[in-house]
Amino acid sequence: MCLAVPGKLTSINAGDPLTRTGTVDFSGIFMTVNLAFAPEAAVEDYVLVHAGIAIGTINKEEAARVMQYLAEISQSATEDDHR
Amino acid sequence: MIFAGSNGPGSSQHSPGQQKIMLAHGGGGRLMHQLIDDLFITILVDPEYDAKHDAAICTAGGAKLAFTTDSFVVDPLFFPGGDIGSLAVWGTVNDLAMCGARPLYLSVGFIIEEGFAIEQLQRIVRSMRAAADRAGARIVTGDTKVVEFGKGHGVFINTAGIGRIDHGLEINPARIAPGDVIIVNGDIGRHGIAVMASREGLSFEPPITSDLAPLAAPVMALIEAGVNIHCLRDLTRGGLATALVELAQASGRELCINEREIPVSNGVRAACEILGFDPLYVANEGRFTAFLPPDDLDTALATLRAVDAEPHVIGAVSDAGSPLVTVKTLMGTERVVDMLSGEQLPRIC
Amino acid sequence: MKYIDEYRVPRAAEQYVREIRRITRRSWSIMEICGGQTHAIIKYGIDRLLPKQLRLLHGPGCPVCITAAEHIDQAIELALLPNVIFCSFGDMVRVPGTSSTLLVARAAGADVRVVYSPLESVAIAQQNPRHEVVLFGIGFETTAPAIAMAVQQAQMLNLKNFSLLSVLALVPPAITTLLDDPANTIDGFLAAGHVCTVMGYREYQPIADKYGVPIVVTGFEPLDILQGIHMTVAQLERGAATVENQYSRAVTAEGNLPAQKLIRDVFQTVDRNWRGIGSINQSGLALRPSFGDFDALHRFTLGRSHSQPELRCISGLILQGRNKPHECAVFGAECTPEHPLGATMVSGEGACAAYFRYRQQKIEPGGSIKDITK
Repeated sequence: MCLAVPGKLTSINAGDPLTRTGTVDFSGIFMTVNLAFAPEAAVEDYVLVHAGIAIGTINKEEAARVMQYLAEISQSATEDDHR
Repeated sequence: MIFAGSNGPGSSQHSPGQQKIMLAHGGGGRLMHQLIDDLFITILVDPEYDAKHDAAICTAGGAKLAFTTDSFVVDPLFFPGGDIGSLAVWGTVNDLAMCGARPLYLSVGFIIEEGFAIEQLQRIVRSMRAAADRAGARIVTGDTKVVEFGKGHGVFINTAGIGRIDHGLEINPARIAPGDVIIVNGDIGRHGIAVMASREGLSFEPPITSDLAPLAAPVMALIEAGVNIHCLRDLTRGGLATALVELAQASGRELCINEREIPVSNGVRAACEILGFDPLYVANEGRFTAFLPPDDLDTALATLRAVDAEPHVIGAVSDAGSPLVTVKTLMGTERVVDMLSGEQLPRIC
Repeated sequence: MKYIDEYRVPRAAEQYVREIRRITRRSWSIMEICGGQTHAIIKYGIDRLLPKQLRLLHGPGCPVCITAAEHIDQAIELALLPNVIFCSFGDMVRVPGTSSTLLVARAAGADVRVVYSPLESVAIAQQNPRHEVVLFGIGFETTAPAIAMAVQQAQMLNLKNFSLLSVLALVPPAITTLLDDPANTIDGFLAAGHVCTVMGYREYQPIADKYGVPIVVTGFEPLDILQGIHMTVAQLERGAATVENQYSRAVTAEGNLPAQKLIRDVFQTVDRNWRGIGSINQSGLALRPSFGDFDALHRFTLGRSHSQPELRCISGLILQGRNKPHECAVFGAECTPEHPLGATMVSGEGACAAYFRYRQQKIEPGGSIKDITK
């Protein structure tokens, strides 16, 4: 369900809140995306696009969590082994 | 029965007389194969010939000839990297090449819609001429029909072609053997994405151009280099996956490919992510897969590189197993590759 | 692609699998709610990497699968009306209602257009003022804001020829329905990441508390899914049952507030019939009366659908995680993607379709899956 793909916001076109759009770069594919639900998104941010609409902004700090969590559980596993 | 299967939509409730052709019957997937197998081959084709091959191999006056035909209904008529004219010429040239035949003569049939701009027709015709010249084929006969406005889509083109086979190699799915390596001549999926993008108004930077190209030169180069080609197949509608599934079924062999080795450009990958497509099923018009004994691999790769191709080894023929295609996924697991039942459509789920 | 490729690194996946094996002591059944996750699990073979004690159940989170046949019948009837341009996502056009599909309707002359975004249907309505344009509004909370926006734009543009056939559905009521079933065997859930991008995850905590199940909001890439599984197993093994957020790069606790507001402004909750499951209280979104002019069911008079449940199909049990696709007697025989008998075969995201596409020929007669991991 619910295919949503992250892409980089490269420009924002002015417009009233419901029709505000921006250009999003998906690794070389440029698409005009509605930004009504991503009012905080700025140029260079990555937005998550579903059905032509940004439904959220990718949190850069949190993006590394998947690897951090893996490092933490592996670390605790190593500590267990040494105990 | 025309459409296999029993209890599906339109079969249990309706008699076959009420069934209708759908776009998916031309999409290169399973429905199209059912139509071809159950109707066309059964009724039309001389059982002596293998109608599912890219071209028929015939003999005349001691010469071994390849004969094929193809029709072109691409929308839009002009797309990045080509147009319906070059596609119509090279599509047929490529079907001949897949039998190892050197293309000689082509026929061209136009079905033109009333109101179509002559200037556009001129562009298409010039493009056909240039395409034929580049492939070393001669257009020698043709036909023109005009249909009422609204009964066509600008222009449809049919081409047929004759090529000569002047070598002793038998290039045929039956020769696919355990241990054969499977190669492709370049990155896959650019034609399908380029056409879809120009139809849907997506823009790419850098632009994605179709992979449309004549394949006679690389195939002739392989043959002249003495590569013992076991089988060739051009990747068209239905993409790499469909071509491989067809060959697995025709040869009775299990074909194993490695997802990581399948060349896909960044643009095609991104487009597939956005639209929910699988690049394995996206159309190509200048790509082929070749099955070779491993001893000939180095020669084949060097020969293809010398004619500007970027070949990749994508897998091998298994020495056991059943007639199907398996792919080793990025995660190291294995799964089956199947045909699609129709064309891929942009999805949100 | 940034924020995709990082989550497909095989070495990290191997490491995750090792860690999952290390902490798994008992047998657990974990349901991934979302069809997108099911698809990724089967496509990458993630379930094959897991220890034998872990069983992944494929949940009902596929809007295409759970759209009831009667709604598809309505869609087809609308599409076949003269003067109607019927807009649908590509996912829905192959899905059978009682006896037909939108693609079959198109072959019979209906003007069915595949749109990528609901907003395209508004543009089509502007460009075709003499035609009635109907949008097939399918999806869950992820898609609801986009559909709501299309309706609101049509209202702002004062379009008189645009309407919506809404079959939007909500995920949490389906989860509680599954858990209320005494026969359910679900120990924990991977909640659907993109649904939570829009809705946040506060509404899941009462479910975790009441039923004592861990719920981990999970993304869609292989590493996301593996981390989600690790977090769920870790909770199960220590006896915890709370809501955690694996997909923190795209999900916050409160979700997307402007999107939620627009959903509330445009829609109200209604009971919804789920294909394969039945009616679930307050699990659907329909247009509010103030948007009644845009409701296709108000604008057009439709006949009654005579959909009959297909008795041989066990998709209801599959959607509830009680059976696997290959355990069905008609799987791959009478029921295929061309001729689907039920919900889970109709969409590429459905569990049966995913098994058929990736595993069918490897499934031995009698239903056991031959191990192809060699």
